[in-house]
Amino acid sequence: MNYDFDFEFLADRWPDFLAGAWLTIQLTVVAIVLGFALGTLCAVLRVYGHPLLRRLVGGYVEIIRNTPLLVQIFIVYFGIATLGLKLSAETSAIIALVINVGAYTTEIMRAGIESIPRTQIEAADCLGLKRLQVILHIVLLPAMERVYPALSSQFVLLMLASSITSQISAEELTAVANLIQSDTYRSFEVYIVVAIVYLALSFLYRIAFWLIGGLLFVRRRRLGTAL
Amino acid sequence: MTQFNSFHLLYLVDAAKWTILLSLIAFAGGAVLGMALALSRLSQWRALRWLAIGYIQIVQGTPLLILLFLAYFGLGILGAKLEPVVAAGLALTLYTGAFLGEIWRGCIQSVPRTQWEASDCLGLDRLQQYVWVILPQATRIAIPPTVGFMVQVVKNTSLASIIGFIELARAGQIVNNSTFQPFLVFVCVGAIYFALCYPLSVTSRYLERKLHVAR
Repeated sequence: MNYDFDFEFLADRWPDFLAGAWLTIQLTVVAIVLGFALGTLCAVLRVYGHPLLRRLVGGYVEIIRNTPLLVQIFIVYFGIATLGLKLSAETSAIIALVINVGAYTTEIMRAGIESIPRTQIEAADCLGLKRLQVILHIVLLPAMERVYPALSSQFVLLMLASSITSQISAEELTAVANLIQSDTYRSFEVYIVVAIVYLALSFLYRIAFWLIGGLLFVRRRRLGTAL
Repeated sequence: MTQFNSFHLLYLVDAAKWTILLSLIAFAGGAVLGMALALSRLSQWRALRWLAIGYIQIVQGTPLLILLFLAYFGLGILGAKLEPVVAAGLALTLYTGAFLGEIWRGCIQSVPRTQWEASDCLGLDRLQQYVWVILPQATRIAIPPTVGFMVQVVKNTSLASIIGFIELARAGQIVNNSTFQPFLVFVCVGAIYFALCYPLSVTSRYLERKLHVAR
């Protein structure tokens, strides 16, 4: 093997990598926030909703969890175009990522909600809390606390999976890499650099989720453990 | 321009067999690597443990798509001819191995500590402990999550389309290029993936109930 590694392209292309990483962060943070909201709503409906609604949410979760993200992205991107709406690649990417992570969040949050003891809800009923108050204060926050590790690793996986949106030409980190490697013909080196950037990003996300968890869950902060 | 017809649908179904083949390659390779990683993670040698942890952290912190590109172009540098199936099989094996390794480590660790102690008392050495006492029990625990993870493997093979391997997702793109009916084509592709994955999901859930692994 006679191969000279050449990372010279970094000298004038590093701002492009940064811009790509920044767009990846923007895309995934929006997708995580919206996907979490969608998933939590669906999880509540899945547990407390009308039987028909429960079925519907169950169907959504199964369909999304048993098909590849790549195909979902194509369906959203081309499907919306077929409907006659013109959306940018980035918007389509966010919609696809939200639909995808929403289904996983539904499943995770459902497990959390079902782990809340019945007696907690009965006690809240006795105190005269309204249904919405019970769900918000007695069920959702403790449920989220219990499944928080699973949630945050799902969100890190989503950040990594967002590399697939490069296929509909959303200009995020992987798309930037594809562009640079076709300019410089230094494909192996370019993807090594991008792999390191993704590693750094997933490290960054894990730290961020750890901090958010500390802020959100007072009990965990005070006791140093989960429930 | 042709309309989407039964011929196209047959072409898609036919391409699904490459998806299945690639899934099997990834799973077989990943199982060997995963077992090695799981045992390394639990090894008595610190260096081996850290090597396995490092590998798993790196692979799980990198997108599969980037691993695919690295395998594809990396193999090219090594002078191998750029066969997409080799690159895809290699990248999927490396990726699947990292995840199976962590799943199986958890399963081995969830075998009660007393089993180790009892087999120690019987004078078994470490290999005998694994073969006769620990692994048979860990396997029972490992089956449901492993079947569940196979769903991920099947879905992940769709990324091989991006480096030009003609499996289900790539076949969908090819059909789309000739019919220009993307919505219909990709819904069909999605339905075929669903037909492959859903039985695995249901089986995994069924086994979880049946083997009732809660201690």
